[in-house]
Amino acid sequence: MTLPAIECRNLNKIWNAQSHAPLQTLKDVSFCVGRGELNVLLGPSGCGKSTLLYLIAGLDEPSSGQLLCDGEPLQGPSPERGMIFQEAALYPWLNILDNVGFGLSLQGIGKAARNAKAMELLEAVGLQPFWDKKPSELSGGMRQRAAMARALCMNPKVLMMDEPFAALDIQTRSKMQDYLIALWQRSQASILLVTHSIEEAIGLADNILVFTSRPGRIKTQIKVELPRPRNPRDPAFHQLQDHLADLMADEVNRAFAEQESAHF
Amino acid sequence: MIGVAKTTRSAQAGLAPARSMMIRAKLGRVLGTLFWWVLSVGLFAGFWEFAWWMGWADPLLMPPPHLFLGSWSDQLKFFDLRNTIGGSGDGGSWLAVLKVAGWTSFRVLAGLLAGFVLSLTVGILIRYYRLFGNLTLPLVSLLAPISPVAWLPVAVFLFGIGDKPAIFMVFVSVFFIMTIATLAQIDDVPKSFVHAARTLGASRRQIFLRVILPAILPGLFVTLRVNLFAAWMVVLIAEAAGVGSGLGQIVMMARNTFNASLVFFTMSVIGVCGLLFDWTLRRIQEQVLWWIDDNGTRK
Ligand SMILES: Nc1ncnc2c1ncn2[C@@H]1O[C@H](COP(=O)(O)OP(=O)(O)O)[C@@H](O)[C@H]1O
Ligand SMILES: [Mg+2]
Repeated sequence: MTLPAIECRNLNKIWNAQSHAPLQTLKDVSFCVGRGELNVLLGPSGCGKSTLLYLIAGLDEPSSGQLLCDGEPLQGPSPERGMIFQEAALYPWLNILDNVGFGLSLQGIGKAARNAKAMELLEAVGLQPFWDKKPSELSGGMRQRAAMARALCMNPKVLMMDEPFAALDIQTRSKMQDYLIALWQRSQASILLVTHSIEEAIGLADNILVFTSRPGRIKTQIKVELPRPRNPRDPAFHQLQDHLADLMADEVNRAFAEQESAHF
Repeated sequence: MIGVAKTTRSAQAGLAPARSMMIRAKLGRVLGTLFWWVLSVGLFAGFWEFAWWMGWADPLLMPPPHLFLGSWSDQLKFFDLRNTIGGSGDGGSWLAVLKVAGWTSFRVLAGLLAGFVLSLTVGILIRYYRLFGNLTLPLVSLLAPISPVAWLPVAVFLFGIGDKPAIFMVFVSVFFIMTIATLAQIDDVPKSFVHAARTLGASRRQIFLRVILPAILPGLFVTLRVNLFAAWMVVLIAEAAGVGSGLGQIVMMARNTFNASLVFFTMSVIGVCGLLFDWTLRRIQEQVLWWIDDNGTRK
């Protein structure tokens, strides 16, 4: 059996551990992201999904536990583990082409090679005609596609996405999901996508990791074996949706109950 | 109907319409701006002239524009060709006016430049090196609210008279404000900009040079522009206080000799200089920092 792309073992993250009010955000999180798999983290907001992605991206360190990338302990950020944020985070002082080629330019790759590669990716996300535009001249969906192209330009083994489509309208969102699937199938990267939308999770995932409310633990893992492209009108889709809705409702209720008891 | 006529005309114009239309639109904008400028200044001058004509404005104390501009040949002799302190003025030509304005402008420019570069450096060091920050930040916060005018004696103690104290005054008037602005700008850089760069493999140095620096420059440049007028005021105060030659000194001399025409004549020169400075900085901003708009917000 091949090594998983990412393996988390008993990850814990406690914010402000030294203070009088430590906040445990992740509790004993263990899971694997298989090579080339599309995993979706689903959970109520505030449960620690972003925190987990930041740990895997190497932008932050766990309080305890192990993180392995290709079987090796993970050390800091690396272009092999790309990340896409909710806001596209494109640099306003660069045009779209230079934004997409930014990572390559950091490695000192020459302009011609960089632009060729960046153009190729812009074409894949349907933004080729906009290569010389400023980020502010693009719509939200286009910006997010440019951000995908920027991350994929580095040929990452793992691509993390933190609620990448949450700020987009529903029509744009479903188009973006189509783009994502196409890019994923082309790039063979493993994807770890965070969402709080059940429909998005079922529409995309090979594997759904359902999180509990804070402290975030993995409540269940659900393999989705529906054929792609997935049809939300498929009865099996619906069944899964109901099942996940029940699981999520429990967690949301628990989170609210906790908040209220904290108030009184 | 009008719409139809328009489309056919632009269709006839052939392949070049985009360019010629752009030029025409730009010309229209420039003419529009010019119109309001002339009207605004003209109205003000008109009221002044009217007040003089009615006998409300004493021509000795408040000579209207036609008097103080009309007597330019009398004023020119007060402008000195050489950059000397307390020179009695042996110029007597427009070249001398240009030279005096040039000396003052040079002090403003030198002070601004030094202030910009040093405040940027210090601000960055404060944020990047904890110890340096702990040592300097309290001092900067303490000195920032002190009016530049209060620094005048210090400028004289340190630098005597001449160009240096005037430049120092301009420098002081922007340095503390710009240092604090640099800190605020650094803190305002979206975290996701830095995070994205790190996941793309940027080193600390690269993050600084290719993310933080371009992200903070526009805001700092706008701060610089805002403080430009303060810098002009300060340089005139410094010159008037006998620190150096220049426009400020001429205003002071005019006051002492009750030469109201010279006061207003010099004030006009100062106004034009300030305007040119602001205009130049705007153009620089447009060319170098094209991704932000006039107010420093991201386009
Ligand atoms: N830098 C931080 N310092 C302290 N607490 C934090 C920090 N970042 C996140 N948290 C807390 O951790 C919890 C989980 O946050 P997050 O991972 O963003 O949740 P999610 O992405 O699932 O909505 C939240 O309660 C948040 O307040
Ligand atoms: Mg989040």
